[in-house]
Amino acid sequence: MLSIKNLHASIEGTPILKGISLEIKPGEVHAIMGPNGSGKSTLASVLAGREEYEVTEGEVYFKGKNLLELSPEDRAREGVFLAFQYPVEIPGVSSTNFLRTAVNQVREYRGQEPLDAVKFLSLMKEKMKLVEIDQKLLSRALNEGFSGGEKKKNEIFQMAVLEPTLAILDETDSGLDIDALKVVANGVNQLKTKENGTIVVTHYQRLLDYIVPDYVHVLFDGRIVKSGSKDLALELEDKGYDWIKEEVSGTTV
Amino acid sequence: MSKDNEILEEFTSKEYEHGWSVDYEADEAPIGLTEDTIRWISSKKEEPKWLLDWRLKAFRHWETMEEPSWPNVSYPKIDYQALRYYSAPKQKSKPSNINEVDPELLKIYDRLGISLNEQKRLQGIAVDAVLDSVSVGTTFKDTLSKLGVIFCSFSEAVKEHPDLVKKYLGSVVPSTDNYFAALNSAVFSDGSFCYIPKGVRCPMELSTYFRINAANTGQFERTLIIAEDKSYVSYLEGCTAPQRDENQLHAAVVEIYAAENAQVKYSTVQNWYPGDKNGKGGIYNFVTKRGICAGNHSKISWTQVETGSAVTWKYPSCILKGDNSVGEFYSVAVTNNYQQADTGTKMIHIGKNTRSRIVSKGISAGKSQNSYRGQVQVMKRATNARNFSQCDSLLMGDRCGAHTFPYIDIHNSSAKVEHEATTSKIGEDQIFYCNQRGINSEDAVALIVNGYAKEVLNQLPMEFAVEAQKLLALTLEGSVG
Repeated sequence: MLSIKNLHASIEGTPILKGISLEIKPGEVHAIMGPNGSGKSTLASVLAGREEYEVTEGEVYFKGKNLLELSPEDRAREGVFLAFQYPVEIPGVSSTNFLRTAVNQVREYRGQEPLDAVKFLSLMKEKMKLVEIDQKLLSRALNEGFSGGEKKKNEIFQMAVLEPTLAILDETDSGLDIDALKVVANGVNQLKTKENGTIVVTHYQRLLDYIVPDYVHVLFDGRIVKSGSKDLALELEDKGYDWIKEEVSGTTV
Repeated sequence: MSKDNEILEEFTSKEYEHGWSVDYEADEAPIGLTEDTIRWISSKKEEPKWLLDWRLKAFRHWETMEEPSWPNVSYPKIDYQALRYYSAPKQKSKPSNINEVDPELLKIYDRLGISLNEQKRLQGIAVDAVLDSVSVGTTFKDTLSKLGVIFCSFSEAVKEHPDLVKKYLGSVVPSTDNYFAALNSAVFSDGSFCYIPKGVRCPMELSTYFRINAANTGQFERTLIIAEDKSYVSYLEGCTAPQRDENQLHAAVVEIYAAENAQVKYSTVQNWYPGDKNGKGGIYNFVTKRGICAGNHSKISWTQVETGSAVTWKYPSCILKGDNSVGEFYSVAVTNNYQQADTGTKMIHIGKNTRSRIVSKGISAGKSQNSYRGQVQVMKRATNARNFSQCDSLLMGDRCGAHTFPYIDIHNSSAKVEHEATTSKIGEDQIFYCNQRGINSEDAVALIVNGYAKEVLNQLPMEFAVEAQKLLALTLEGSVG
């Protein structure tokens, strides 16, 4: 479904990603872990199409299409969803209005009829239960004055409504207390199907207790230096990242 | 160039959609401005002597005045002797109702999406259509007259209701008030007149649609709205002009009089030709709008969506004379390319317990300059006056400017005046966030801008709000990509 080959990307001339390769098949959950500054969030941003990052080498295919040639909005319409680490606020625009615009632009791209207000509201109601989000929150301006937890819940809610094929969760656990974390993870788990893939970008193992990955990859200095099962995450939790750093520098010297 | 700048670039290059003009035979005054021009206009309109004298007095005063230089705008000096002050489409005979108006003229309004045909009109809005210097027709006159509401062209009001015109003309904006008001008083050609009798709630929106068609012609219209005790009216004003390389002058005056317990809501969607993207051409919009809450418990509310004109100079104001009277000003002013706007309001608190509210939202894109200028004045007698002002600026790109000039002048210590101001930028982050949910950049900007202006747009009557939203998006279209 997603095939990343030798991906290099830089920002303002500074290389961040230095040759990443990754295959994700439908139904799989991949966790990307690594210390601060290793390029985790950059990978998420490059996949979503953020323009500050320049792809200097490599290729990314998504459902057989060259993802790097698509605009950010077309990637979204093809089914790529990024749950932002820092969701932005858009004053005066209600979440409902925002999401309806999004859903209908996606539907138009896919040659589907737009949803009218009634159908859209019933879709919202159905998805609201999934992530335990309060309806009042959705009539407020998008993310404006939301707490950290509310913002993250809203991301997962948007994901539920947009039903992506590939969901990328960028440090979704940051700033969440344990209760909010459970709600968010529960939402993600319920949205998991045999057809869609999930990339969980996280610094800590904690989230992976609730969203259980099929594979764990450790990113360090722009490369995947170690891949393994969920046990790798536990090992990292136990030993920290230093042993990985040592292992990497050991092999390169 | 960063992404939002590219987006802005594309968004700003959108063309003006009402830029066409139509050829018709016109009755025109000779170019230039002297006492003879004024006599010519006055006799053309078969005016009574008192009105000619009123005009001449304004003209003589205007000659002693200097064009104001304090607004934060710059434009080449206007040669007032090179302008034409009157141009009217020739109609075969004087139409007595809208069905007799020359179909060619009605077509102009059809093309603008304003049908003057009463059957085709949306119920609930009566229109007075002003083309260049004259009103070409007013709809729903009969329906309104049954309630005693007078809604007609200014010229007709001078003929049919001279006492009312004489009593109120210049009572809110004196003929000597300021440079452009004096000029307007001297040469005004037409406009709308509206009178709501005591206790009547006007059942439909009244609206004037201004269109400048002729080249090298200034448009100087005057609107006078009188709301008697316990009456209510909602009034709309719209305007467009053809795309021409020369600048054209529009200097209008609007006067509103609200008696005891009367309420007047005045909404404007201003879409005069703003000039091309290099700053060539466009309308100079120098307008004086003022309302007086003369009676106790009266209320005047201005709402404006300003998207057009090369240069705008406009401060719709309220004189809160009656005790417990309320003044409101809601404004969205958008400038793009080389547009300049210096706009805001004045709230003058004279009566006790008077309240005013100012919400101003400026949006600047391209290389434009957008200034808010507002004055809150609380006079000695105005105990317990309240004012709340909120002035927000939104910047798109890094080559435009936003300025705020608030003036506060308090002579009563019981006054409570609050001022809040914010400046923000449409960020790449916001646009990317929308993109990531499948929304293209152009719609993202429209969404963000409309969200930002929501508080003001909510004040507009329903159909107008939808139009205004589209207009905002259209004005900024091409400024992002």
